[in-house]
Amino acid sequence: MDDSRRIVMTGIGLTAPNGNNLREFRSALLEGKSGVKHADIRYMGKQVAGLCDFDEFKYQSKKLRRRGTRAGSISIYCANEAVVDSGLDWSQVDKSRVGVFLGITEHGNVETENEIYDMHQNNLDWKLWSPHHNPRTVANSPAGEVTLNLNITGPHFTLGSACAGGNVGIIQGVKEILLGEVDLALVGGVSESPQTFGIFAAFAAQGALAHHEDPTKASRPLDKNRNGIAISEGGCVYVLERLSDAKKRGAKIYAEIVGYAVNSDASDFVNPNNERQVQCMHLAMKKAGLTENDIDLVNMHATGTGAGDISESKAVRDAFKNSSKTYVNFTKGHIGHCMGAAGSLELAGNLPSFDDGVIHPGINVSELDPDCEIPRLVINHPLKLPEVNIILNNSFGMLGINSALIVKKYKE
Amino acid sequence: MSSVDVRQIIIDIISDIAPDEDTTDLKDSVSLREQLDLDSMDFLDIVMELRKRHKVEVPQEDYPKLATLESCVSYLTPKFG
Repeated sequence: MDDSRRIVMTGIGLTAPNGNNLREFRSALLEGKSGVKHADIRYMGKQVAGLCDFDEFKYQSKKLRRRGTRAGSISIYCANEAVVDSGLDWSQVDKSRVGVFLGITEHGNVETENEIYDMHQNNLDWKLWSPHHNPRTVANSPAGEVTLNLNITGPHFTLGSACAGGNVGIIQGVKEILLGEVDLALVGGVSESPQTFGIFAAFAAQGALAHHEDPTKASRPLDKNRNGIAISEGGCVYVLERLSDAKKRGAKIYAEIVGYAVNSDASDFVNPNNERQVQCMHLAMKKAGLTENDIDLVNMHATGTGAGDISESKAVRDAFKNSSKTYVNFTKGHIGHCMGAAGSLELAGNLPSFDDGVIHPGINVSELDPDCEIPRLVINHPLKLPEVNIILNNSFGMLGINSALIVKKYKE
Repeated sequence: MSSVDVRQIIIDIISDIAPDEDTTDLKDSVSLREQLDLDSMDFLDIVMELRKRHKVEVPQEDYPKLATLESCVSYLTPKFG
């Protein structure tokens, strides 16, 4: 294929509950270090949550941080780190040819809850409602804050795609470059979800909120005694560009994006549909011109809910029943569910396996749920392979949105 | 409340709204926007904080009276009572 039609990842910026750059994040994943802690959630008190501790003011003034949102702050940090990591001379980049496409699970809950809380504390004085509420809560807000911060004048938007957001943001960037709309894309996903009590309360109402006296053990996908989702924040932004452009400037290439798919269950608001998940993975492989046996590693979405993990385990077993070499891992045991950031963060955690062949394990599996048994499942201990060349990254979300992204180790 | 207290209240609010700014040597008779990186949204925040913290209301037609520290103090001191 023509190098100008091949899209590669040339920069990564991230913050996760257990690391603020790829090196820290990967080390934590290999060491089994969790980033989930106890946090005090408004009205609800002590809950488990994954919170990030990146420096909010590394790339943003205190005033603009105050004016913006946590999701915007995470986006700005990740986007700047990605640009620095890419080695691009940002002053020479044509900003009108750069786009920002970020997946989000939801946006605006945090600000709305805060405003209502403040109003309630002040005798329902509606005149205290902040003039910043609208710019903070418009759905494009996190991506828009990145354009303001980096002087990007190309297109920007967020992609509301529930917890498939991290993959969907990346996929959108690929499309925008291939359509010729932009030359560079800052893509990925972000989450500020632990800043809102409503998401905790809703998962609790569903009986799907993780709890454990040791918060580092609360997120335990595929374990027989899992009890729900550990809600986390985070972000991961990639620089995407054409292979031809990356080669021209001698860029470091993390991976080539070779396939993707997004489909819909059309069956339930919250319950997954493993048939559609299988179709999504198969469609991504078909687009990439690959078969099951070509995939070295699958990163499961695996959130730690009863129904979700069983459905996806069945889907992965079915989708890869003809493979004799595909290994499977997951990442939420370490970081909880980073919602809109999950897909892009989890992919980043697996990319270093292209260099060292080491697959990080899904952790906190004391007793594997028999319904979640999958051939070549990597749990509790890292696994070293001779090489890892192709990864399929799953990310699914409510209202039945499924996404699968396939990346390949770049070779000349 | 004395004019000195009201002046400090304004500076405290500005410091919270624009924490990157140095508010130690503000000139009372010079426009705040000439001395600090403040925009119209910041002034809305000042009005909001006056209402929230001190129950002092500033109607929209009076916003120009917040242009300098001096004009703030002379306009707001009677409101603080």
